[in-house]
Amino acid sequence: MSDDATFEKFKGCAVEVLQVDPAAIVLTASFADDLDADSLDLVELVMALEEAFDITVEEDELDGVETVGQAYQLVTAKL
Amino acid sequence: MQIGLGEDGPIKGRRVVVTGLGAVSCCGVGAPALFEGLLSISYSEDRRVPDFDAGAFFGAKELRRIDRFAQLSVAAAAEAVTDARLGDVNPDRAGVIFGTGIGGMTTLTAQAALMAEKGPARVSPFLAPMMMPNAGAAQIAMRLGWNGPAETVTTACAAGTHSLGAAARLVASGRVDVAIGGGGESVMDPLAFAGFQNMTALSKSGVSRPFDVARDGFLMSEGAGALVLESFEHAQGRGARIYAEILGAASTADAFHITAPRADGAGARRCIELALSDAGVEATAIGNINAHGTGTSLNDLAESSAINAVFTEGAPPVTSAKGVTGHSLGGAGAIEAVASVLTIDRMLIPPTAGLETIDPEIHLDVVCELPRPLERPLVLSNSFGFGGHNGCVVFGPRP
Repeated sequence: MSDDATFEKFKGCAVEVLQVDPAAIVLTASFADDLDADSLDLVELVMALEEAFDITVEEDELDGVETVGQAYQLVTAKL
Repeated sequence: MQIGLGEDGPIKGRRVVVTGLGAVSCCGVGAPALFEGLLSISYSEDRRVPDFDAGAFFGAKELRRIDRFAQLSVAAAAEAVTDARLGDVNPDRAGVIFGTGIGGMTTLTAQAALMAEKGPARVSPFLAPMMMPNAGAAQIAMRLGWNGPAETVTTACAAGTHSLGAAARLVASGRVDVAIGGGGESVMDPLAFAGFQNMTALSKSGVSRPFDVARDGFLMSEGAGALVLESFEHAQGRGARIYAEILGAASTADAFHITAPRADGAGARRCIELALSDAGVEATAIGNINAHGTGTSLNDLAESSAINAVFTEGAPPVTSAKGVTGHSLGGAGAIEAVASVLTIDRMLIPPTAGLETIDPEIHLDVVCELPRPLERPLVLSNSFGFGGHNGCVVFGPRP
């Protein structure tokens, strides 16, 4: 899967869970400040990503994840 | 309405009036649609709320995280608040008592299926706040920003009526100036249907026939009702339009059987007597009884016994909304409260749909086929729930 296709898949999960404009899902976007997402939103997003990418993300791996870029990196590191 | 017992007898509370109405039912969205549906006997065939647009009340993300029963509850409450033209209220002196029989069961069954298929790691982190029975009350309080008591009464099919009584008592006691009382339900779910079907509570013929000799059970529906209650002084002070007064309410338990009412209706009878006493009115003052009237063999007979035992000089005309609305469990009492208030407002009793031949063992004057003028502007509304929970509310004309 190309990087672009991977990000599109990531973006699809984020749009579905967070119900935001796809254009808002950029690497620099902050979940809390730009996407109105709280900690439970992140839990739900990670579940969607686990399902979509067939990966497992442990709870403590989410510590410090505040931006789309950080979350995307977390996912791609497992592929 | 009484709020305690003093040395000289019962202590009367502040007068409580109804200033706003909201309902979502199988008759449509809105209290006017409900009453028109009752008068003209029209409803959606599947007994769901037709044309309900939850998107009018919630953002796209919220919609995925709020069970339909809470969506319907919020819709009814929002309509009631708009109808009351409430404006600014002191949030510390405003409360919500909103009931449900079951809560977010459709969310629960969907998540249980998901867990069976994909394992516990895929269960929604929103399962708990979606399925909790207090989700309706919580969502309503959050939307309005009201900081007074926000609580949920879950007494099965009596929950809507009990919630209204509790909300009225909250206003009467002086704890709050404004309260929303009501209830909502949506368990149009195969698991719920199976459970009610197997206990033989649901109609096999698919027709809701309260008090009819051929009645064979209730028809499950979804819906919610909400009433804005205020102290009379608060309503007067802001020049509010007043629909009616809540004169009294009562609650009793059969303490008898988990589903069946006592055949002699003794628990229901006591509840009606206490509600009349709370209201300080004689039985002869009541102009209409908005019955629980589910169309089950046991309920209608026991309710008839209870009514006749209290109204010894002849019971007033009785009607059951459930011929039209079906039975929305914890929403039913609240929807019927809205109908009772509009019965007084319009001085017109809606007919009982589905009733063709009254059961010869039921000795009641049941309004059927056409609406009938209300002769005395006091209405008693009954609700009885599995578990033996009895609830009654007495409505009167605006002061």
